Amino acid sequence: MAVDLPDNVVVTRLDTLASWCRKNSLWPMPFATACCGIELMATGASRHDLARFGAEVFRFTPRQCDLMIVAGRVVMKMLPVLQRIWQQMHEPKWCISMGACCSSGGVFDTYAVVQGIDRFVPVDMYIPGCPPRPEQLIQAIIDLQDLITARETTMGTEAEIGRPEPPKRALLELPIISGQPSSSMRSAASGSGGHGDR
Amino acid sequence: MAIVDDVLQTLQQDGEVVDSSRFRGDLRIVIRPESLKRVARRMQTEWGFDVLIDVTCVDYLHYEGARDRFGLVYSFLSSEAMERLWLRVFLNEPELEVDSLVPLYESANWMEREVYDLFGIRFRGHPDLRRILLPEAFTDHPLRKDYPLQGRGERHHLPVVTRGES
Repeated sequence: MAVDLPDNVVVTRLDTLASWCRKNSLWPMPFATACCGIELMATGASRHDLARFGAEVFRFTPRQCDLMIVAGRVVMKMLPVLQRIWQQMHEPKWCISMGACCSSGGVFDTYAVVQGIDRFVPVDMYIPGCPPRPEQLIQAIIDLQDLITARETTMGTEAEIGRPEPPKRALLELPIISGQPSSSMRSAASGSGGHGDR
Repeated sequence: MAIVDDVLQTLQQDGEVVDSSRFRGDLRIVIRPESLKRVARRMQTEWGFDVLIDVTCVDYLHYEGARDRFGLVYSFLSSEAMERLWLRVFLNEPELEVDSLVPLYESANWMEREVYDLFGIRFRGHPDLRRILLPEAFTDHPLRKDYPLQGRGERHHLPVVTRGES
């Protein structure tokens, strides 16, 4: 059944609209406990400019945040603090585990360091590196935006629906995943290269 | 004569000194645990060592040539004469208890708590002997040499927050 729509009317799903709004206005909670926090600050600063992805509004109260970026090692005594801050954040909320220490304990395989925060709080995105470069954090936020688009629902019922996670863009473009370098990788390699031109 | 030499001489005459040594001009005096508080009080009143810089501990388990298990280290400073002196006390299990110096030096409070936390040495007469660094629920003393580096599973047994309940 065809319906005539005026020019200024767009039809979409409510989930899509809500996810579109959410993914472009992520407010991060900087839970920075170590050197990854320095990279996190660099990501927010002018050179890398997290504002381009709508996630520049770092708030130091969990009540105003919907994205927790855990940057740095978390010890046993800090974990209850982390969990409390996570519980104080309003739904919908997401968590990025930034860096090797946060994701797995890293080199700190000692009695007091938690070996991966995902054992004790839910984590949506992991960033490798020690510490990761700002580009990696930005990539994680882009991947999280893709995830929000593909998975989240307006009423928070995504766990019941069970939509599959989308493959990550960065991984699809890597030659080790596809077997062949993609066209964009080749053009970047044959060109003069972005990094050298600064 | 420097004050530290006077301290050593006087303490030797009084029979308090078990051993003494020098390293790069610094004097270290080993005394018995039971005389620690008495000597510390004399350090403060007679010789003017008004600052207790540090209280720390060494575990000599498996240490070559060591006869005692734990060695407490007290580092004193006389801010007037700018001279430093180290007192050492050796302890062995099961009597891991020594007099607290908090009545003499306020700065001993947190440092003794740290030694208690990490080595399990109790300080008699300490006003508030609780753990200071590790969580309250921790049961071990991890800087002891017989404690494994990766712990005894404390780091894995913590409450979990799931997506559903948060």
